[in-house]
Amino acid sequence: MRLIFRLAWRNLWRNKRRTAITLASVFFAVIMATLMMSVKEGVYKSMMDGMVASYMGFAQIHANGYWESKSIDDAFLFSDSLQGVLAQHPEIVGTVQRIEGFALSAAETTTKGAMVVGTDPEGERQMTQLDERVVAGDFFAPNDQAVLIGQGLADYHDLGVGDTIVLLGQGYHGTNAAGKYPVKGIIKFGSPELSKQLVMLPIEEAKRFFGTGEHITNLVLLFDYPEQSVDIAAALQSELGERYEAMAWPQLVPELVDMIEADRVEGYIFMFILYMVISFGIFGTVLMMLAERKHEFGVLVAIGMKRVKLGTVVLMETLTIALLGAFLGMLGAFPVCASLYYNPIEFAGDDETAKMFEEYGMEAVIQASIDPSIFIQQGSVVAIVAAVIAFYPLFSIMRINANKAMHS
Amino acid sequence: MKQLVIETKQLSKTYEGVVPVHAVNEVDLEIENNEFTAIVGPSGSGKTTLLNMIGGLDRPTSGGVKVNGHELSGMNENELIDFRLKHIGFVFQSYNLIPVLTAKENTEFIMLLQKIDKKIRDERVEKLLHEVGLGEKMNSRPAQLSGGQQQRVAVARALASKPDFVLADEPTANLDSHSTANLLDIMARLNQEEGITFVFSTHDQRVIDRARRVITLVDGKIESDERR
Repeated sequence: MRLIFRLAWRNLWRNKRRTAITLASVFFAVIMATLMMSVKEGVYKSMMDGMVASYMGFAQIHANGYWESKSIDDAFLFSDSLQGVLAQHPEIVGTVQRIEGFALSAAETTTKGAMVVGTDPEGERQMTQLDERVVAGDFFAPNDQAVLIGQGLADYHDLGVGDTIVLLGQGYHGTNAAGKYPVKGIIKFGSPELSKQLVMLPIEEAKRFFGTGEHITNLVLLFDYPEQSVDIAAALQSELGERYEAMAWPQLVPELVDMIEADRVEGYIFMFILYMVISFGIFGTVLMMLAERKHEFGVLVAIGMKRVKLGTVVLMETLTIALLGAFLGMLGAFPVCASLYYNPIEFAGDDETAKMFEEYGMEAVIQASIDPSIFIQQGSVVAIVAAVIAFYPLFSIMRINANKAMHS
Repeated sequence: MKQLVIETKQLSKTYEGVVPVHAVNEVDLEIENNEFTAIVGPSGSGKTTLLNMIGGLDRPTSGGVKVNGHELSGMNENELIDFRLKHIGFVFQSYNLIPVLTAKENTEFIMLLQKIDKKIRDERVEKLLHEVGLGEKMNSRPAQLSGGQQQRVAVARALASKPDFVLADEPTANLDSHSTANLLDIMARLNQEEGITFVFSTHDQRVIDRARRVITLVDGKIESDERR
C-alpha cells in the first residue's frame, strides 16, 4: 500500500501544471456552486424571515375554517383550556394574539384596501421584533389609540408620522368598523406585499374597532426550531380537536413555499448544468493524463504490476486532487459567502433590480447564507462527481493490454 | 546442470489484414539456462514479436510457448502478469524506468510487487546497483541519469526478482559505443558468474559479437541457429 501511496503522491507532482489545472477546476467549481446555492438559500431565508419570522410566525391557531374564510366572524376565545394545551409544549417559546380583518383605508385624497391587524405590542416586540422594523416615528404602546402602517401604504397615501388615516370596514357579526387614527410609526417589512397593505393597531384598540369583545382571530406561535413547525402544528391539531385549526407556516403561505420550491428546482437544473461542465473539464484532464501515460502503464503491466494495483494508483491520484480541490473550494467559498452575508447587497427602491425583486414579492436584498450544510453539500457533490470520474482510469487500466499500450 | 527454460513449438503469429502478415512462422526453439542468446535479423523479421510471445506479452496465433515447463497459452491476462512478475525480467530499448522513482526505488520496484522483505530488498538492490556500477547514483531519478546509466538501472530492475531469464529487446539501440560496451560487460559477467539466462533481440553487431548463441530470423522463420 505504501508503494501505491508513494507512486500516487509523486505522480501528482510530476506534471504540476496538469495537477494545478485539475485542482483549480474543482476548486472554482465548488466556489461557484457554493456561492450560487448560498445566495439562493440566503434569499429564501430572507423571504421567509420577511414573511414568516417577522410576521406570520412559525405556526398559527385559528377557529376552524378561519384561514379559508378570513372572516372576522370566525374568531375564538383564547380560553384556559387552549392555554393548557399550549403549556404542554415547551418547544413553543412565544405566543402573540392577533385580530386580523380588512378595511378600506383612506387619506386625504386616496383610498386603498388594507389588512388591519390588532396585535399585542409587547408580544410582537419579544417575538417578531416588530419594533426594530419601525423606520419612522415610534413603536406603539398597548394603550395607544394610534396605528403603525407599512411603508408601502404610507407611500401610497403620502402619509407621514402624525398624519391621520381613516379605516372603514365590517366588524364582528356585521357591525360597522370605523375609526380615525394618527400614524404613530411607519414600518418596513421584508415582504413588499405586506408593506403595501398593513395597518397595525394595539390589540385592545382593534377589539374595539372590530367589536370582537375578548375574541381574537389568530394566535401566532414561535418555536425555537422552525424546522419542527409542521410536526408541532400536527401534534397541536390532534390535541385541540375540530374546533380549531393549527397550521404550520408552509400551510399558511403555500405560495411562498411553492415559489421557493420552483426556484430551487430551477437552481438544481442550473447546478446540474454546472456540474456537467465541471465533470467534462475534469474528465478531459483525466483523459489527457491517460493518453500521456499509456506507454508507461503498458510497461508497468509488462514487468508484472497487477492492473488493479496500477488502477488504484491512478484512482488515488485523481481522488486526491478531487478531494483536495473540494476541500479547498469549501474553504475558499466561505469568505466569499461570509462577505455577502455580513455585507448584503441592497438595491435602492427605484432601481430596476429592486422593482424586479418586488414583483416577486421579495425584499430587494441579496444576502448569502453561511449555513455549513451548503458548503458541505456542494463540496461533497463536486467531490463525488470527481470521484466517479476518477473511476474511469481504473476501468480503463483494468482493460489495458501491456503490449499494445507500450506501442501506443 | 542444463535445464530447458524456454521452449516454443510451431509458434506462429499472423497479423490479419488485406494481406495477412506472418510475423512469426512456425518457430521451434529451445533455450537452456545460462545461455547468452541473441535473436537477430533485419527489421520486420519478427524478432520483437517472438520475444513478446516468449515473454507472455503477446499471444500466438498458433503453436505454444513453455517457460520452465509452464504453458503460457493456457493462462489468462492476470495469470500472465503474475507469471511475468515471478519468472521473467524485461529490459526495453527505451529503458522505461518509472520517472518518479529513484534508481534504488526503480530497482526495488519488482521486489515490492513481490512483497519481499525490506531487509532482503535493501541488500539486493545495493548489490545489484553496485554490480551495474551505479552504487553512487542510487538516489538519482531517471532524468538525472544518462541513457547508459538508465539502461543499467533497467538491467538491475530486471534482475532484482531473480527471474528465470531476462528478455532484452534491442537493449543497446539507444546507447553510444562506450555505454553499449559497458552494458554488455555487465550482462556477460552476470551471465557467467551468476548463471542468469539472457535472450536479446538485436541487430547491433556489438551485441551479436558477444553472444554465445545467435539465432537468425528472416521473414518470421529461423534461418540459422549458431552456437559459439
